[in-house]
Amino acid sequence: MSEAREFKYIGQRTIRPDGFDKVTGRAQYGADLNLPGMIWGRTLRSPHAHAKILSIDTSKAEAHPDVFAVVTFKDFGSVEGESINAGEGAADVLDLARNCLADDKVLYHGHAIAAVAARTERVADDALALIEVKYEVLSPVLDVEDAMKDGAPILHEDMFTQGYEETPSSPSNIATRLEMKMGDIEAGFAEADVIVEREFRTPTAHQGYIEPHACTARYDEDGQSLVWCCTQGHFDVRTSTAKLLHIDLSKLKVVASEIGGGFGGKTVVYQEPVALALSRKSGRPVKMVMNRDEVFMATGPTSAAKLKAKVGAKKDGTITAMQGWMAYEAGAFKGSPMMPGVMTMFTPYDCGNVQVEGFDVVVNKCKVAAYRAPGAPQAEFAAEMVVNELAEELGMDPIELRLKNAAKEGTQTIYGPKLKTVGLVECLEAARDSDHYKSTLAEGCGRGIAAGFWFNIGGQSSVSINMNTDGTGTIIEGSPDIGGSRASMQMMAAEVLQIEPSRLKPIVADTDSLPYSQGTGGSRVTFATGMAVIEAAEDVVRQLKERAAAIWNVTAEQVDYVDGVAINTAGGEKMTLAEVCEAAEKTGGQISGTGNINARGAGPSFAVHLCDTKVDKETGKVDVVRYTAIQDAGKAIHPSYVEGQLQGGAVQGIGWALNEEYIYNDDGVMENPGFLDYRIPLASDLPMIEAIIVEVPNAFHPYGVRGVGESGIIPPLAAVGWSVGNAIGRKVEELPCSPPRVLSLIQNG
Amino acid sequence: MAVVVFSSELQLFTGEERTEVGACRFKEIVAELVEKYEALTEDKLMEMAVAIDGEIIHTPFLETVGDQSELHFLHRISGG
Amino acid sequence: MSKTHVTTSINGEPVEFLCDPGDTLLDVLRNDLQMTGTKEGCGSGDCGACSVTMNGRLVCSCLVLGVEAEGAEIGTIEGIGSNDGLHVIQEKFLEHAALQCGVCTPGLIVSTKALLEENPNPTEEEARYYLAGNLCRCTGYDKIIRAVLDAAETMREGA
Ligand code: FES
Ligand code: FES
Repeated sequence: MSEAREFKYIGQRTIRPDGFDKVTGRAQYGADLNLPGMIWGRTLRSPHAHAKILSIDTSKAEAHPDVFAVVTFKDFGSVEGESINAGEGAADVLDLARNCLADDKVLYHGHAIAAVAARTERVADDALALIEVKYEVLSPVLDVEDAMKDGAPILHEDMFTQGYEETPSSPSNIATRLEMKMGDIEAGFAEADVIVEREFRTPTAHQGYIEPHACTARYDEDGQSLVWCCTQGHFDVRTSTAKLLHIDLSKLKVVASEIGGGFGGKTVVYQEPVALALSRKSGRPVKMVMNRDEVFMATGPTSAAKLKAKVGAKKDGTITAMQGWMAYEAGAFKGSPMMPGVMTMFTPYDCGNVQVEGFDVVVNKCKVAAYRAPGAPQAEFAAEMVVNELAEELGMDPIELRLKNAAKEGTQTIYGPKLKTVGLVECLEAARDSDHYKSTLAEGCGRGIAAGFWFNIGGQSSVSINMNTDGTGTIIEGSPDIGGSRASMQMMAAEVLQIEPSRLKPIVADTDSLPYSQGTGGSRVTFATGMAVIEAAEDVVRQLKERAAAIWNVTAEQVDYVDGVAINTAGGEKMTLAEVCEAAEKTGGQISGTGNINARGAGPSFAVHLCDTKVDKETGKVDVVRYTAIQDAGKAIHPSYVEGQLQGGAVQGIGWALNEEYIYNDDGVMENPGFLDYRIPLASDLPMIEAIIVEVPNAFHPYGVRGVGESGIIPPLAAVGWSVGNAIGRKVEELPCSPPRVLSLIQNG
Repeated sequence: MAVVVFSSELQLFTGEERTEVGACRFKEIVAELVEKYEALTEDKLMEMAVAIDGEIIHTPFLETVGDQSELHFLHRISGG
Repeated sequence: MSKTHVTTSINGEPVEFLCDPGDTLLDVLRNDLQMTGTKEGCGSGDCGACSVTMNGRLVCSCLVLGVEAEGAEIGTIEGIGSNDGLHVIQEKFLEHAALQCGVCTPGLIVSTKALLEENPNPTEEEARYYLAGNLCRCTGYDKIIRAVLDAAETMREGA
C-alpha cells in the first residue's frame, strides 16, 4: 500500500483487551499455575566455568524420602546432532540438550547438570546438595580475544571453523567466520580525504525481563502431556521438548501463559524438557521456577563483542568506504548473532565500498540468546560512533552527514538485495526538526545522535476468527502477546469487519488449538500475525456476503459489505453482521474465517535517537537529561503501544550503554547475578522518553505495518556513548559508561 | 534470463559473483545452480532465504521469478 | 519442621494459614493462599514485583516472613479495585498504556497507591524516586509516570 488511507479503528488508542486482568492481578504468568499433586523441581548448577564431568552420583538424593525423581542428561536418551527449527531459526538438538543438562562437560558457571523433583521447593533445593559430582577442572576461556588465540583451551574438540575456503584441520573456538563485501574497499579509502578508525568493546548484557523462566509440566502416559510456561513461542517449545523426550507433537500440549517480558530471551527452552522428564519419572506434575541468579547465570545474555570500524569520506561529506570487523561471544555453544551484526553494521548508509568480517566464537559463558535486534546493537554502535567522529572531523552536522549518505529506496545492501521503500531520511529529518535537536545544550552536557537499522521478519502465523450468533467473535492466534499485541489484532480485525474492536476477543491459543505459529520475535507479530488476522477477517467477510446472498437469493458478487452491514445491491435489503451471524444456522452452519500464512515482505524499520547526558566529573556518574526516540513504524496500529516499544527499547539500550554488564572473576564465576549489582535502569534514573513515530508505509502489508519491536534498542548505544564522550571531551570506546570507566576516561584520557 | 547474485560467502563455492539462470521456478533454479557449481549443495541453498527483486522471502520453495528478476540468497534472519 | 499457625487479615478479610518458619509472605500468598497476583521477580528485595502493604506500609513481601503477618493487616493487588470497577490508578494505567507485559504492574499499582496516600500531589521527580524500587523492563517508565501523575490529579479532583 502506498497512498494514505482513512481508517476507522486503526490508529486509535483503545484499551487493551487483556488489560483488566493485568491491573487486577488475575492474569496468570509462568509461575502462576498450580496443579493437584504438584511437586517442585530445582536444578543443580556447575560451580565451575569449564570442567569435565567424571561422574554424577544421584543415589543419595534419590534415597531422600521427599524426593520423587532426579534427572540428568542420560534421561534424554539418545540425542543426535541434527538441526531443528526451534525458536530463533535452526538449532542443533544436541547443543540444546547439552545446554538443558550438561553431558560430559560443563561449559559455564551455572550450567545445569541435574534436576531434582521433591515435595517442596525447599526440599528440592536441599536435595541438590546430596548429588555428588566429580569434576576435572579445566582452564576457562572468558574473553573473545583469548578464545581466538592459538593454544587457547578448546571448548569443543569437534568444532572446526566454517567459512574459509578450506576448513582447518585442528579444532578451534571460532565456530564461523563470515565476510561480506561489495565494491572496492581499497579504492574507496584511497578516494577519502578523511578517515576515522577505532576499536570498540561491548559487554555481556542480559534481556533483564522481570519474570523469571517458569513452567509447570505434567507427563501423561496416555499422550496428553502438558507444558505450561512463559515463552515467546510455545510451538517451538513443543518442538524442542518433544524432540528431547522423544514424543509425538500431538501428544504434547504447550500452553503459553501470560509472559512477563522476553525480548528474545524466552525463545529457547531451558527447564521445560527437564520438568517434563521429572514429571515422567515421578508420575507427578512438576513446577520449576528459576531464581533471579539462575536467570542471570544460565539464560539469555547477548554477546559481548570486540569490534573495529573504519570509515572514509570526501571533504564534502560523501562517504567513500566503510569497513568493519567483529568477534562475538556465543557463550558455550556456537551461534552468536554475529551474522546479523555483519549484515546490519553499515546498512543505514548508501556507500558502494563496504567490507565486513565477523567471527562467532565460543567462550566459557552462558550460551547467548536473542535480544532485540540480535547482533545489531553491537555492530551499529561501532559504526555510528565512527560516523559521529567523521562528522566532527569534517566539521559537519552529524544529521546532515547522515542525510547526505542515508540509505533509501534502491540502496544496495551488503547482504544482497537493494532496499525497498524505507524511512531513514524521514527519521533523520524528524530528528533535525525536533524540539530536542533545536534546543541548546545545557552547560556541562553532551549530545549524541545515532541511527539504527533492523530487517524485521515475516514468517508463519495461523489465525482463526470464530463468529458468534450475536455478532461478536473470537480471534484465535498463536503468537504470545508480550506487549499488547492482542489490542492490535483486535483493531485490525475490527477494521476489516467494520465493527467495534471490543466486539472481538483475541486469545492466544495453545498448541492443540491452532496450526503452528512462529514465536513472537523479530518484530513480526503486528506485521505477520496481523496479516493472518486480516486474511481471516476477510474470509469472514466473504462468508458473510455468501450467507446474505443466500438469504436474498442473489449472488455473493451482488452483495456489498459496508460499515458492518451487508447490502443487496440488486434489491436494496440490508443485514447487519450480527443479523447474518444470527441466521448462520439456517444458511449452512457457523461462520469461521482462517488465515494460515507464511508472511513475506517484512519492511525494515529505521530509528534515530537523540541523547543529552550530564556527567558528574568527580564521580563519573552519567545522567540522561533528555532523550528522543524516532522510528519508522510503517503504520502505527495502536500508537500508544508503538510509543511503548520505542521507549522501552531506548531504555534497554540506555541501560546497556550506561550500567549493565556481566562481571566475571578469573575463574569465570559471574559475580553480579542480581538486580542489585546488574543494574537495569530505574524510574529515578530517567527523564521522559520523547517518542516520535514516523510512518512510511511498508508496501507489502495491507495497512503498511513494518514492526517496531527491535530497532529501538540499536541507536542508544552510540547516542549515549557519543553524548558521554561529548560531555567530557573524550572518545568512548568501551561500554558500559559506568562511573569507574567514565572517571578513568576523564582522568587518563 | 534471471540473474542470481552470490554473497561473498557463497562465492567461496561458486568462484564468481553472478550468473544467469534459465529456469523460472525456484526449485529448478536451485537444481541448475547445484549442477553448475560442484561445491554448492541443494541443502545449503534450501536452508537460505531469498530476495527476489528486493522482497525477502524466508521459504522460497514455490516461488517463481521473472525474466528480468534479480535473486539474492541470504541468511534467514530471526530476531528477538 | 513443624508449621506455625498464623492469623492475619488480607485485604480486610480474616485469614489463617500454616507456614514453615522459613517461608516468606510472598511464598504464602502465592503458594498457600493461591493469591498469585503478587509476583516474584527476584526474591531479594530488588524489583518490587512482590510489593504489598503491611499495616499500611509498603513492603517487599519477599523480604517478610509469613509468620510476621501474625496480627497484621496485609494489602495486596487483589484488594485494589472492587466489583463495582477499577481503582482510578488501575484505570489510568490502562488508559496510558503503562504496561506492556504487565508483570511489574501489580507491584507498581500497589506502590502507586501507597505513594498517593502519602503524597497526593507528587512531582514527577518524587514519583520517580518513590517508584524507584519497582523495576519495569518493558516500558522505560515514561507511560507509567504519566499514568501515576494523571491518577494523582484525578484522585485530587475527586477528593
Ligand atoms: S520479588 Fe520481592 S523485590 Fe523482587
Ligand atoms: S510492563 Fe513488563 S516489566 Fe513492566
